[in-house]
Amino acid sequence: MTPLQRVQEKFSQDILETHAFRGDETVLIRPSVLGEVAKFLKTTPELDFNFLMDVTAVDYLFFAGGRIPKEFRFEVVYHFLSLKYNHRLRLKVAVDEKNPEVDTLTDLWASANWYEREVWDMFGIKFKGHPNLKRILMYEEFQGHALRKDYPFNKRQPLIGPQN
Amino acid sequence: MSFMSSASNFFTSKMSDAMGWARKYSIFQYPFVTACCGMEYMSTAAGHYDVDRFGAGFPRFSPRQSDVLFVVGTISHKMAPVLKDVYDKMCEPKWVVAFGVCTCTGGFYDNYSTVMGIDTIIPVDIYIPGCPPRPENVIDGLMKLQDKIQKGEQSRTLYDPRTKIGRPAQLQEGYSVVQHIKHIESSS
Repeated sequence: MTPLQRVQEKFSQDILETHAFRGDETVLIRPSVLGEVAKFLKTTPELDFNFLMDVTAVDYLFFAGGRIPKEFRFEVVYHFLSLKYNHRLRLKVAVDEKNPEVDTLTDLWASANWYEREVWDMFGIKFKGHPNLKRILMYEEFQGHALRKDYPFNKRQPLIGPQN
Repeated sequence: MSFMSSASNFFTSKMSDAMGWARKYSIFQYPFVTACCGMEYMSTAAGHYDVDRFGAGFPRFSPRQSDVLFVVGTISHKMAPVLKDVYDKMCEPKWVVAFGVCTCTGGFYDNYSTVMGIDTIIPVDIYIPGCPPRPENVIDGLMKLQDKIQKGEQSRTLYDPRTKIGRPAQLQEGYSVVQHIKHIESSS
């Protein structure tokens, strides 16, 4: 039984989409169950995902495919690895445009701390319960979130030097 | 000027020549290394190409004790105030070398985070384009800097992106290695 099948069995009604190709497994869930799913992945002995490798996000603002329901503009993407079983799972969480906020995973995986700050900095997605949610890459004076698709690619906000 | 005779004028001009000669062979450089160009900088500085032959082999890691600022690698907007601060802390006379195309023009970066040429922040004396520049290219730039030091010239102007004044014409509209080689051949 693969990790994806276990998650499907437990959270069947909150899964929007799944994908599996040669052992690479992906599951897209509703934001409301993120905390439960994360805890399930961490604490279930047969899964034992003890390593959160990466957290990032995707902005589907101008995405033509319409893979996710329209009310969800963003996806937060988590990559989990179990060092014991050497299996992986990609967990994607659909995020609302009006109120881009999901639960933090810092209490389960310490590595989530800086990753979630990066996602906040670049995409403006808030993480509820994060101990120190402030910018990590850009400076505090920076306005907006640079990797959002509606951020103008030629907009400059220099601290010193010419404003162009 | 009325007090000084033409003879003393003669003396001071020779004195400045002597100072220039002394300065150009004792370049105390401050390597401001931020990115991948640092590798090429190291290979140029080390024994094989050996910038010590030009009197520039002794990096100082305090801006107050150095007289040439080597800016080696991409400068982000977050780093820009630090670079300006380091430049301001250097004692006169001082020169700046923009090492690599990111420091010259921003290079292939055109985004929210990168300074489009450090000459928008601090005056640049020598531009060494290339991604990264080859050691021969760097040594060519270093020798041009020595000429400038000998003459007592220092850049004091910043580049204005609106008027496009204050940056060499070769750097305005892209500048390939082939063009640079032609430039070197035509100038030698």
